[in-house]
Amino acid sequence: MSALHIKKGATRHSAYNLRPNFSDVQERHTIAVLVENEPGVLARVIGLFSGRGYNIESLTVAEVDHTGHLSRITIVTTGTPQVIEQIKAQLGRIVSVHEVHDLTVEGPSVERELAMLKVVGDGEKRVEALRLADIFRANVVDSTLNSFVFEITGAPDKIDAFADLMRPLGLAEIARTGVAALLRGD
Amino acid sequence: MTREMTGAKMVVQALKDQGVDTVFGYPGGAVLPIYDEIFLQNDIRHILVRHEQGAVHAAEGYARSTGKPGVALVTSGPGATNAVTGLTDALLDSIPIVVLTGQVPTFMIGSDAFQEADTVGITRPCTKHNWLVKETDTLAATIHEAFHVATAGRPGPVLIDIPKDVQFANGEYQPPKPSASHYQPIVKGDMEEITELVAAIETAKKPVFYTGGGVINSGPAASQLLRELVDATGFPITSTLMGLGAYPASGDNWIGMLGMHGLYEANMAMHDCDLMINIGARFDDRITGRIDAFSPNSKKAHIDIDPSSINKVIRVDIPIVGDVAHVLEDILKVWKSRGRKTDSANVAHWQAQISDWRKVNCLAFTQEGKTIKPQHALARLEELTKDHDRYITTEVGQHQMWAAQYLGFEDPNRWMTSGGLGTMGYGFPASIGVQMAHPDALVINVAGEASWLMNMQEMGTATQYRLPVKQFILNNERLGMVRQWQELLHGERYSHSWSEALPDFVKLAEAFGAKGILCSDPADLDDAIMEMINYDGPVIFDCLVEKHENCFPMIPSGKAHNEMLLGEAETQGVIDSKGSVLV
Ligand SMILES: Cc1ncc(C[n+]2csc(CCOP(=O)(O)OP(=O)(O)O)c2C)c(N)n1
Ligand SMILES: [Mg+2]
Repeated sequence: MSALHIKKGATRHSAYNLRPNFSDVQERHTIAVLVENEPGVLARVIGLFSGRGYNIESLTVAEVDHTGHLSRITIVTTGTPQVIEQIKAQLGRIVSVHEVHDLTVEGPSVERELAMLKVVGDGEKRVEALRLADIFRANVVDSTLNSFVFEITGAPDKIDAFADLMRPLGLAEIARTGVAALLRGD
Repeated sequence: MTREMTGAKMVVQALKDQGVDTVFGYPGGAVLPIYDEIFLQNDIRHILVRHEQGAVHAAEGYARSTGKPGVALVTSGPGATNAVTGLTDALLDSIPIVVLTGQVPTFMIGSDAFQEADTVGITRPCTKHNWLVKETDTLAATIHEAFHVATAGRPGPVLIDIPKDVQFANGEYQPPKPSASHYQPIVKGDMEEITELVAAIETAKKPVFYTGGGVINSGPAASQLLRELVDATGFPITSTLMGLGAYPASGDNWIGMLGMHGLYEANMAMHDCDLMINIGARFDDRITGRIDAFSPNSKKAHIDIDPSSINKVIRVDIPIVGDVAHVLEDILKVWKSRGRKTDSANVAHWQAQISDWRKVNCLAFTQEGKTIKPQHALARLEELTKDHDRYITTEVGQHQMWAAQYLGFEDPNRWMTSGGLGTMGYGFPASIGVQMAHPDALVINVAGEASWLMNMQEMGTATQYRLPVKQFILNNERLGMVRQWQELLHGERYSHSWSEALPDFVKLAEAFGAKGILCSDPADLDDAIMEMINYDGPVIFDCLVEKHENCFPMIPSGKAHNEMLLGEAETQGVIDSKGSVLV
């Protein structure tokens, strides 16, 4: 048998480095998934993300079609273009999934999130918090003599900005819903 | 027309209506009502396995050898958890099986009841889909839908968890009707992509067909169409482990299996080709080797029913989502209508190049002395059984790779092996499932002694049902494949890769009421194999073989196709530290 010439030496790339041809740039995509509203369906979607090592930045879910028993899951995720493609294809394989839409690609889309922020403080800080809330069109939904609960809706960036401003003014707690998104136009 | 009946009766009725003739199972408290119904009828045969893992692998063997879904029935809790390995195995190899599990009554779910396990939770990642049925009225429709999901699109395992009170309660039986569910995978390929592929076929100078389990799953028509296309174009064809038999091993254009232990000529052809036509394979890491050196100069087409397979590992130029048989039919139609063109002069050159590579004779071995080489044992097995109506299953390890290399498969559905998961313990129960489906066929499980012990309890099943399955054990008293890796990667430190305290397999066979044959001398081998074939009943064939034989060719982890090790190549130090973290 003729012996083959075997090259010795180091291999720089592992066989699991599966994406050499795609861009390495991390992109953020908002994906809307219409699913059958049945027990365990959210676990299927989340299990896919954790099992395959994909990121979830935010996830919202609620039934949107009561007669058809369909829920809409909105997922904000990040990954390289190939990973984003895989995420969509893998979502599409789940038997309970009806439709997968990449709003970032199909867009433009509008994205909104609701947050509630509890700000505790008195004196000047309390006045300043109220003034900034007004600028950001946040509503006061609860107040005591030394606290407010603000409700704010908007794009996630806007909520981030508002939370940053509230932090030195006594931000004690924050609850966010995650993003809901729709394509613009018809 | 609907009829009222208990959930348990519905299960049996729905299975009958789905054309099920055989169920592999094991009873327990949470499935007793269903077992009661099985007792009261004669249409469905129930095969009592000796461990639930065996039931699922048997169902896989049944499915893969018939093309019909296999069915297993197990109890709640431990019954269900024992089924998990089989489910995962079927998921990775895309085998359609339906597993029914019992569950504690609905009103006790969540209370840590006796033999309660969160079966749908545990099996969600290892099934294509699963259901917990909480109302008897929906049970029959769920079972019918389960058969649809298991078999439609890319096949896979499904599981239905049935609480005991749902089995006892009465409900309306829904007979099967064409699935109205939204789950209807696309089977027709895109004609533009198909036309682009045909154009590539017409001009390719160095084409290769790379086929996989998807051809087998698509059904006999797919294999027929594949043969027609391959022989009409005269292009060489290789296949993954899972796709063996779709194109006949005796066919003119067959160049052998590819991959980590594939043939030299097949891997070289993959590396050097200018057009790769992937049909129903998934660029698994055992196939591609080093990704960035994988077939660097080829245009790649990929036909797959599962869109997530496309561009998952290797970026392709011509993606075609569809069922293999449908797409092949369209390819042939378009190619014929455009005048059946190929660049035959260049393809002939390419075939000549492949013939040169074949001269390396990568599967050559020398059988000499008093010890049987495992390759020799398989070569003799092939010679003495190839004209039989033969089905082969395997366990996992070196023997599995040698079986793939030295046995020839002329037809699809004749070769059952655990490819994706690599499950030791698969082959024996799978052989039982195959034999149930093909009572008169010669069913042989090519096994390693270590794998075989993992589900040896199924000897009871084999003898109880007089299943003449032949357990052909290549006994090297080693976890041979582990030993080989330790030799190549871990400085010959053979940590726990011995099979010590092995049973006397002949006595073991006799203890179960089967026949045992021991063979250690090459001179006795043919007679011993004939004795095995001619014995009308289960046989354990203990074939003592060379203990330190390595399986070649081998593409070491982290290497490219053209960096294969051959039998006489020096093996020390060729897998570097980066490669050694891979499996
Ligand atoms: C359930 C399971 N456990 C462990 C392994 C890892 N493994 C792969 S091959 C092998 C050795 C198999 O030994 P044997 O069945 O005797 O086959 P041989 O390689 O000697 O032919 C092992 C332990 C596996 N594939 N499956
Ligand atoms: Mg062994």
